[in-house]
Amino acid sequence: MPDRLLRFRRPAVTVPESGRSRHLDEPPLVRAALIGAALLFLGLFLVLPLVTVFVEAFAKGLGTYAAALSDPMARAAIRLTLVTAAIVVPVNLVFGVAAAWSVAKFDYRGRHLLTTLIDLPFSVSPVVSGLLFVLLFGANAALGRWLADHDLKVIFALPGIVLATAFVTAPFVARELIPLMRAQGSDEELAALTLGASGWQMFRRISLPKMKWGLLFGVVLCNARAMGEFGAVSVVSGHIRGETTTMPLHVEILYNEYQLAAAFAVASLLTLLAVVTLVVKAVVEWRTHE
Amino acid sequence: MRARPRRRGPLPGFGLSIGVTLAYLGLMVMIPLSTLVLGSTRLGLAEFWSAVSAPRALASYRLSIGAALLAALVNLGMGLLVAWVLERYRFPGRRLIDGLVDLPFALPTAVAGIALTTIYSSGGVIGRFLEPAGIKVAYTPLGVVVALTFVGLPFVVRTVQPVLRDLPAELEEAAASLGASRLQIVRRVLIPELLPAALTGFVLAFARGLGEYGSVIFIAGNMPMRSEITPLLIMIKLEQYDTGGATAIALVFLLASFAMLFALNRLAARREAHAVGA
Repeated sequence: MPDRLLRFRRPAVTVPESGRSRHLDEPPLVRAALIGAALLFLGLFLVLPLVTVFVEAFAKGLGTYAAALSDPMARAAIRLTLVTAAIVVPVNLVFGVAAAWSVAKFDYRGRHLLTTLIDLPFSVSPVVSGLLFVLLFGANAALGRWLADHDLKVIFALPGIVLATAFVTAPFVARELIPLMRAQGSDEELAALTLGASGWQMFRRISLPKMKWGLLFGVVLCNARAMGEFGAVSVVSGHIRGETTTMPLHVEILYNEYQLAAAFAVASLLTLLAVVTLVVKAVVEWRTHE
Repeated sequence: MRARPRRRGPLPGFGLSIGVTLAYLGLMVMIPLSTLVLGSTRLGLAEFWSAVSAPRALASYRLSIGAALLAALVNLGMGLLVAWVLERYRFPGRRLIDGLVDLPFALPTAVAGIALTTIYSSGGVIGRFLEPAGIKVAYTPLGVVVALTFVGLPFVVRTVQPVLRDLPAELEEAAASLGASRLQIVRRVLIPELLPAALTGFVLAFARGLGEYGSVIFIAGNMPMRSEITPLLIMIKLEQYDTGGATAIALVFLLASFAMLFALNRLAARREAHAVGA
């Protein structure tokens, strides 16, 4: 019976390498044209910008490249970007795990609403995200005046940059974990509980290993966006050179000063970060499909 | 229907996880968002309306919506093509290209902005060839479309791909055995199956394009009334200490993106219902 079923599903026609029977495939010429058109589009819009960054970065030679990266302002920007990510990513990691746990592991009224709320920052324009924190902590706001009276700076300083970045990158970890947790179910966790594990033991020994690849990818995405965020940070930063300019803002300043090679040199670091992010994604997909 | 009053599930950690989630969302998302709404109610209707309906603001909406729509349309067509080619054909470098599709998600927008501007400016790799033909991309509204096409590129591809992968071969085989031509199968069987997913990707790309800032401001030229996007106008108003005007326009923009989020949720619900019905 299974054998007959198998034969019924697989027609006797020779199956081409795409795994589909021949009469359902396009003629070779059409296929080549479709592949060509898709590759041309992707080449123009993805490969060309990627190559351009590195070509322009090294256009004036290695010396200029190295000088652009060792410039004190560039170093300050790199430091600020790293510090911001070092604060934002762990905080959003904890939030992401908690949010995913509360949404994916339980059933209750309002669960869908909560999921929408978690995703909300994604649908807010980066500039508006930054504006929110200016309204909250700026010189016109009550809270801002109180902070100014106590000599605390939020806007045009590190706290503002951290807050805006945290807002923009809040959904990344939860968004990766929720579908994963839903698909995996809770059978192993329940088994651990019946065998006498405590809640934390269950979480550390069972849940964390189960979600580790999704968690890794979520963290990498969150980090990429935290280091690369431009619009939101641009609003709250004030562009004080060497103090509140992150790497993307430093790129903007150099570009507007027509220091193209230097701008692309700093941009090449951010591009490398993006490439690493894509590689991690590929590895995670490969691991989870195994 | 399962009757499960009060019982949320047997796992521990509900109180802790939802407590952390609600506290963080409240502090980081809800309070800032309510400040925006409160701030614009303080404006008064007349002031709000004059800020929101000023000619410069209207021109920026037209550009932002128009360019985002055009870019999303390009991505709808090309996204379907790319998803099809990646899922159905085998060719060298396919895996690499598949991975590269996510580049716009990972690449900081400012980097994309300066790279695209360099490519399409008059001395650039592509601009050099377009200029003699009379096509100017950099520093024109067309440049905005190019930047938004880059930014929205992954959405349709990534929503259509899984649907295409899970489409049972029997569907096409049945149509073929009933005498349908390949073109008929594509039009009558494949496109209707892929359309809901493609539309979701289209709305996502449109919403992303509407709010996009970093990749656009370098290539747009930023001329008021002509190539100035709404997020930039908000930024400019803020820099001119016109916080009220910035708040009013930002609120309009926020409501538009929430309307789109709502549309997306409806689309998702429709897709779920469709999947159950199938």
